[in-house]
Amino acid sequence: MQIFPRTLNLLPLVAALALAVGGGVVTFVVAYYFSPWNTQVGYAPTQPVPFSHRLHAGQLGMDCRYCHANVERSFEAMVPPTQTCMGCHSALHTDPSDPNLATRRSLQPLFDSWANNEPMEWVRVHNLPDHAYFDHSVHLSAGVGCVSCHGRIDQMEVVRQDQPLSMAWCLDCHRNPEPNLRPTSEITNMAWERPEDSDPAEYAATLVENGQRYVVPPENCGGCHR
Amino acid sequence: MANKPISELGETYLAKPGTSFHDVTEIVSRVTENAAPRGWWILLLASATTTGILGLTLAWLLWMGIGTWGNNSPVGWAWDITNFVWWIGIGHAGTLISAVLHLFRQYWRTAINRFAEAMTIFAVICALMFPTIHTGRPWHIYYPLPIPNAMNLWPNFKSPLLWDVFAVSTYFTVSLLFWYVGLIPDLATLRDRTTKRLREMGVLSMEGGPPSTLLQLRAAVYGGLALGWRSSHRHWQNYERAYLILAALSTPLVLSVHSVVSFDFATSVEPGWHTTIFPPYFVAGAVFSGFAMVMTLLLIARTVFKLHDLVQLRHLDLMNQIMLTTGSIVGYAYAMEFFIAWYSGNPYERFCFINRAFGDYWWAYWSMITCNVLVPQTFWFKSMRTSLPWMFIASILINIGMWFERFVIIVTTLHRDYMVSAWGNFSPTLVDILIYVGSIGLFMTLFLLFIRWVPMIAVAEVKMVLPEADPHFGHDEHHDHAHDDDHGHAEPAVAKEA
Repeated sequence: MQIFPRTLNLLPLVAALALAVGGGVVTFVVAYYFSPWNTQVGYAPTQPVPFSHRLHAGQLGMDCRYCHANVERSFEAMVPPTQTCMGCHSALHTDPSDPNLATRRSLQPLFDSWANNEPMEWVRVHNLPDHAYFDHSVHLSAGVGCVSCHGRIDQMEVVRQDQPLSMAWCLDCHRNPEPNLRPTSEITNMAWERPEDSDPAEYAATLVENGQRYVVPPENCGGCHR
Repeated sequence: MANKPISELGETYLAKPGTSFHDVTEIVSRVTENAAPRGWWILLLASATTTGILGLTLAWLLWMGIGTWGNNSPVGWAWDITNFVWWIGIGHAGTLISAVLHLFRQYWRTAINRFAEAMTIFAVICALMFPTIHTGRPWHIYYPLPIPNAMNLWPNFKSPLLWDVFAVSTYFTVSLLFWYVGLIPDLATLRDRTTKRLREMGVLSMEGGPPSTLLQLRAAVYGGLALGWRSSHRHWQNYERAYLILAALSTPLVLSVHSVVSFDFATSVEPGWHTTIFPPYFVAGAVFSGFAMVMTLLLIARTVFKLHDLVQLRHLDLMNQIMLTTGSIVGYAYAMEFFIAWYSGNPYERFCFINRAFGDYWWAYWSMITCNVLVPQTFWFKSMRTSLPWMFIASILINIGMWFERFVIIVTTLHRDYMVSAWGNFSPTLVDILIYVGSIGLFMTLFLLFIRWVPMIAVAEVKMVLPEADPHFGHDEHHDHAHDDDHGHAEPAVAKEA
């Protein structure tokens, strides 16, 4: 004969509550913290040279395509070769007795690369999985600006991933692209904003009237997983 | 008493006359209390080894990927899905016996229901393994669950494969609950017997006897699992109600689960699969194979643990009759498939069935026909239905036949696609074979552990069908089966030992 204590009568209630709350918490923790919302955004690896986009793209006002050439015509946004850097830097901070010692020293890998004819080993920040097909040119020709996916690169001292690049995030725009469309002439303009009070759909329609491509992003699996 | 035999129909009590309440408790409980017979150890060693091989093979499979299987285009489903359907089907007999026969007040089920329910649970565990590894990436097995995620991917509710996920998981949950609820009074019996032994040893007395850690642990485990069961009238009332509700919940599952499994095939547009006959045909086949599996296991356990008084030849005879019925339904379905293939005038359908019987896999087809159609037909004869060696052999043949049925359905349809350029044959690899054999090892291991640790016959329910449970017991003027007058006072139908 075994008598359980009376307090155990609460067990079903407590168990049900624990299951409901615990299950919800576990689902949320896994769905958020194990996902690109948490694991991708903010990734900012150290590069071999502390290249400042804030200085080059922001203060100096260089166009993205000076270095990432042909991005609007190519699958990839090209990572520039040493030669592109040396277009300017063959005349900047080359003297070992340069008064700006810190800058001179941090640029040393670049000069080594140039002298030894070995490429720089930049670290990829935006890394899509291999099973996702992504083409820069088709997005840029549709009028999606760099800033939509990469954030305000022109304000970043060190480039970090600004958006989750998750499938849900891709689909958000593929299902409703209008808020992210701009004239193709403005794709690299980080500060561009749609005219105030304009409706995204109406604005996108005016883009089409002005000769821009009518955008129908694929929403089927095969659009990206080929 | 509803379970009183109608002597005018030649019915007798379901347990051997003279078997008392105490005998039943004793026969069933001693299996879990005494040292296991050598036969049990030999079987456990063999099946645990096989399970170990399964573990190693699964590790290899996960490391190398499912390319180690023989599946390849066009035969994308082969042994994995064959085994899944086979195991799920086997489970169905347990639910039929425990739920449907309970609702229809078929009291002969008491001898086999616990057994069959355990078999259901272990069979579903084996079945669940196959679609999980079939995905190739089992760590993503949660994908079919509707959980918000960073991919905006939602389960495709139009897919029968998703219905399968819900059907099988519901089935497993309900079967487990049903089994457990039915176990509670018996677990309490085991608990009480353990505490009684402890008391006799003086462990529980004030002076404190020599401690017996193992027995105390046993008492604690059975005590916890018995959920404080004290066999009060109120407990029995709640229990009966819960059992009835679970039986009512399980009954539609007997039909629905295998129907949904058959939709995996029937909703596709493949010749040989795209037929409306599939759901009833699959359900009949499932019950058929399940009864055969119960029979195989029951005959072994009955011999090893000497349960002849409780599992009588009459029960086995009734099971063989069910196998004859379902086997005939399955045979009818095979014939009807051929008729429809001819009658439809669809050349692909015709080709598919001629190819089944006379194509590259003719040997599988005719093995299926022999085992599933011819073998159960012998049960028309009472001498065959009551021959222990024959029913043992037949039950094994039927399960072989039912495995071939699923193999034939899956592979013969896939290996001849619409276009000749997409034709190809399937042959299993060693990994295929080891995983299948290993799943049988896993099943047997779980079963052997069940037999040793859980009362394998529903003690409380068998007592209900004993002559002693008859309120007029001892006052019956015929005195047909009530010769053991030592127990001659009327007891409540469901009374149990304190």
